[in-house]
Amino acid sequence: MKINRFIKTVLMVDFVSGLLIAIKELFKSKKTINYPFEKGKISPRFRGEHALRRYANGEERCIACKLCEAVCPAQAITIESSQRSDGSRKTTRYDIDMMKCIYCGLCEESCPVDAIVQGPNFEFSTETREELYYTKEKLLDNGDRWENILAANIKSDNPYR
Amino acid sequence: MEYLSTIFQEVYRILFLLVPVLVSVAMIVWLDRRVWAFVQKRQGPNVVGPFGLLQSLADALKYIFKEIIIPASSNKVIFVLAPIITMTLALIAWAVIPFGENQVLANINVGILYIFAVSSLGVYGIIMGGWASNSKYPFLGAIRSAAQMVSYEVSIGIIIINVLLCVGSLNLSDIVLAQQEMWFVIPLFPMFVIFFISSLAETNRPPFDLPEAEAELVAGYQTEYSGMMYAMFWLGEYANILLMCALGSILFLGGWLSPIDLYPFNLVPGAAWLIFKILFLFILFALVKATVPRYRYDQLMRLGWKIFLPLSLIYVVLTASYLFYFNLLPTT
Repeated sequence: MKINRFIKTVLMVDFVSGLLIAIKELFKSKKTINYPFEKGKISPRFRGEHALRRYANGEERCIACKLCEAVCPAQAITIESSQRSDGSRKTTRYDIDMMKCIYCGLCEESCPVDAIVQGPNFEFSTETREELYYTKEKLLDNGDRWENILAANIKSDNPYR
Repeated sequence: MEYLSTIFQEVYRILFLLVPVLVSVAMIVWLDRRVWAFVQKRQGPNVVGPFGLLQSLADALKYIFKEIIIPASSNKVIFVLAPIITMTLALIAWAVIPFGENQVLANINVGILYIFAVSSLGVYGIIMGGWASNSKYPFLGAIRSAAQMVSYEVSIGIIIINVLLCVGSLNLSDIVLAQQEMWFVIPLFPMFVIFFISSLAETNRPPFDLPEAEAELVAGYQTEYSGMMYAMFWLGEYANILLMCALGSILFLGGWLSPIDLYPFNLVPGAAWLIFKILFLFILFALVKATVPRYRYDQLMRLGWKIFLPLSLIYVVLTASYLFYFNLLPTT
């Protein structure tokens, strides 16, 4: 046994076999991607940047039930509401502090009308802190911009809810 | 007037050597990172320029524009001098490397001794940098590096004696020409392996990169350096690696000689063969870096003093007795 070990050491069998494995791996396909140029696949359940959606006729979905505000574990959401002239209750203020947010997705789960959702966008870094205090306008704007993808994601995830 | 023109001629010749060496150092850094990444199935630097070839230039630009911080408690003169010495010593050794018959900057008769002396001096840059920083980690890294380089220089010296016994000359061009019939890698193969491993240790490459073992020593002797001074250490290190690859290919792989002295191989210029051999050795360096984990310090010392030194000594005796018995000793 000891002689075997000695021969192995002298001939550097372990080292050479390791080197051969390294050379073999050299030619295999890469597991990483060129991130800014190509992106990985994202699940429909991905919890990224928030958005407030509208109905097809342009009416806001949010009914100011404040369930999301209540469920939010980080207390990142602030909602104020009032009655509109047509009698419906709507938000006058819907703020999300994106730095407090822990992206748990509970707001999306709790929403009875699919108004607040988390979209597939994860590249919303900013240079100042103030830009990450999202207001209602910003959230509605996000909703308008991502509506197609958001609707498709909700539809494809529906059977599992 | 004649004096001036001689100076200009010499400067021109030196630049003709130095500029390609520096450019290839930059390219070799890219190659190193790329091979390392490929073994780990990553992409490696591939954004700047075609295949990321210009990555090192971008890095150099970044280093130039960074602030040079000189610690308040450091010995400022020596602190500034250390990277300059490291880089200068790494570059002046290239003067005697022959790229072909008569294609050498200084064809001196003690070329191998000169290279050996210069690479021994290289430890001064490191120990000066470590001492002048006046801080714990650089000092410990420098001490480790000094001990490591001294230990492995001994075995490299004895390996070189093996080659010199077969050649009978200290001139690097003569060493290459002596390999026309057979490269020394064939009769002296164990020595080639030990030379390769020793040169890994000599240039502080993984698995012997103890002087900069980041887990225990942050960055070793480079810890207090920043900006262009750090880049000079780094350039010197890679120039040294290239130099050891060049030395390995001259001593064992037949330098500029083509592997087969036949028609299509003859047309390739000698310098291209040398560059090809250096690249081959360098890729081995990079693969070893990607393959093996770092040695422990006592293992490193044991390998150097208790295994490599006696082995190479035994081989000197073997080579000498073989040459003497068969009356093959070179006569000059």
